[in-house]
Amino acid sequence: MSDPRIIWNVLLRRELLVSLRRRSEIANPLFFFLIVCALFPLGLGPSPALLAGMAPGILWIVALLAVLMASDGLFRSDYDDGTLEQVLLSPVPLYVTSLVKVLAHWLLSGLPLTLLSPLLAMMLQMPPQGIPALLASLALGTLVLSFIAAIGAALTVGLKRGGVLLSLLVLPLFVPALIFGSAAVQRAVLGMDSSAPLALLGAMAIMFVLVAPLAIAGALRVSHDQ
Amino acid sequence: MWAWFHKWSSPRWFYQLSGTLLPWLAVISLAALIVGVAWGLMFVPPDYKQGNSFRIIYIHVPAAAVAMAGYLLMATAGAISLIWRIKLADMVLKCAAPIGAALTFLALVTGAIWGKPTWGTWWVWDARITSVLVLFFLYIGIIALYEAFDNKEAAGRASAILALVGAVNIPIIYWSVEWWYSLHQPASISFTGESSIHPQMLRPLLLTITGFYCFFGWVLLLKVRNEILHRERSTRWVRDLILSR
Amino acid sequence: MPPLLDIQGLSYARDHRDLARDLSFQLEAGDILRVEGPNGSGKTTLLRILAGLYTNYEGELRYRGESLRGRGRLAMRSESHFLGHQSALKLSLTPLENLNWLAALNGQSVGLDAVENALAKVGLKGYEDVPCRQLSAGQQRRVTLARLFLVSAGLWLLDEPFTALDRQAVAELEGWIGEFAASGGAVVLTTHHALGQLQGLRSLTLGGS
Repeated sequence: MSDPRIIWNVLLRRELLVSLRRRSEIANPLFFFLIVCALFPLGLGPSPALLAGMAPGILWIVALLAVLMASDGLFRSDYDDGTLEQVLLSPVPLYVTSLVKVLAHWLLSGLPLTLLSPLLAMMLQMPPQGIPALLASLALGTLVLSFIAAIGAALTVGLKRGGVLLSLLVLPLFVPALIFGSAAVQRAVLGMDSSAPLALLGAMAIMFVLVAPLAIAGALRVSHDQ
Repeated sequence: MWAWFHKWSSPRWFYQLSGTLLPWLAVISLAALIVGVAWGLMFVPPDYKQGNSFRIIYIHVPAAAVAMAGYLLMATAGAISLIWRIKLADMVLKCAAPIGAALTFLALVTGAIWGKPTWGTWWVWDARITSVLVLFFLYIGIIALYEAFDNKEAAGRASAILALVGAVNIPIIYWSVEWWYSLHQPASISFTGESSIHPQMLRPLLLTITGFYCFFGWVLLLKVRNEILHRERSTRWVRDLILSR
Repeated sequence: MPPLLDIQGLSYARDHRDLARDLSFQLEAGDILRVEGPNGSGKTTLLRILAGLYTNYEGELRYRGESLRGRGRLAMRSESHFLGHQSALKLSLTPLENLNWLAALNGQSVGLDAVENALAKVGLKGYEDVPCRQLSAGQQRRVTLARLFLVSAGLWLLDEPFTALDRQAVAELEGWIGEFAASGGAVVLTTHHALGQLQGLRSLTLGGS
């Protein structure tokens, strides 16, 4: 075994490269975020007061769905082209490869989503004092969501029909992140202190980054072992 | 100890052992349920605030409690299946999921029926009801995942992983829902304070809870035995068993 | 010294259909084992079991005397190559990037020279920076084969390695397999292709009963 840091860099670089060579896959969840947020005023009416009240919840739920959609194919192409096979056979622990994979995925899906959110917040008339909490909660929250969704994606990768099944498995597990995340933004909008829910989200992020790769690794082995 | 564990976990032994256990579970669960429900409905005095509508707790509370315990049982079976690769644990997990889901559904329905006279509406986003709803979703996920696999070996292990992930998340979900509820209704009145329940009301409740647990065990054993026969249908002992009938 | 691979009483099934019952064989350094049999006789499954991708089997499998359910698996992972049906290539990446990553997966970061040498060996000099998407199926297969020369190993598990190769490449690959075995490597492969005379070649026929 040579230097683990070099291995880590090569693995991370490859994940980013593969995604960056297919830009549309990065852009699609962002457009999804934009379009679905634009549907809300059309469904609810354009009243600024109504939208402002609902904006934190809307932004959080749509971001959550965008993460879910982006995660569906997380392992699928690796499964189809046989690279997942090589990952499973590798002496590098599957925990590490899974962790790298999801982190890279978050860098190119959750993080851009977070950066796009202030724009949508403005369109939904959300008061600007909520923006910092929105950024912080989505940055931490999408990290949590990505790791949870990756467990579901790993469990369903060997199945012909993923999509809807993935959302059944994963959405109930999204509940705590949604509660803490949207509450953080709501409290900030009302001028209240939102550090408590943000701290809880941070704790969840640490926990899921450390623990979820175990479940992802187990799920990938099961998906391949049939 | 280890040999005993392995012997007991072999489907054939389990089939024989569970056969002797079945009638006991059936008798206890039916007796406890009949006595508990009759006692609770007819002999316990009405609640001073809720009148007679509180009596639904004799179904609602045990259903919710056993639904929760059922999930933990499933996660435990999942862990056993993943660590020791015991087929029986797979079968327990698979068979417990629909029973647990049905009980969760029963808890939701009885909660709604209770809600109508109490709050004047069928559905309230109360912390407990919401938690039970999420538990129902978790059960649905397990069943959906199991059914999606053609290979039952993989189905069992995948569901086991999901059940474990769910079990780790349940405390976080419950706690976050409580927190969410307190945030939006800081001065709400709690209706279901079991600690303050009158002993006269409690005794039949304990009976129906026992009844529900035994009922769960009874139905689970029936389903697992069925599953064993199905999976081991090509083995000699199952053929002998069928021929001897 | 224990044999490289020791298979005792291997039985496996798929979808309640027995594919092999009580299969036993051994593999020593220098051996080439060709697994034969009609379609659906379990050749690929056997290779996947040896590689550790399929674990639903009964029997005792040992690598250098250590069980493949335990410590032997880790040792085997870092000392063997598995070539499956799929290319294990990302078509959007170049051969250089693909091989660099595959080497890292083997726990080794190799230099640029090593990758270029491996590509030259399989006749792809000058294609280092062409995205794999633009290569032909045969060339992609060659990139996959370059893996064998990137990180040295003692055991090759090759599932239908001759697929999509032209006549010249088939002859070359046969030569490489022969060289590898002559230098003390061991090979298990499945193929429908008639192999030439190779030193140490044995056959195992599945589904023959």
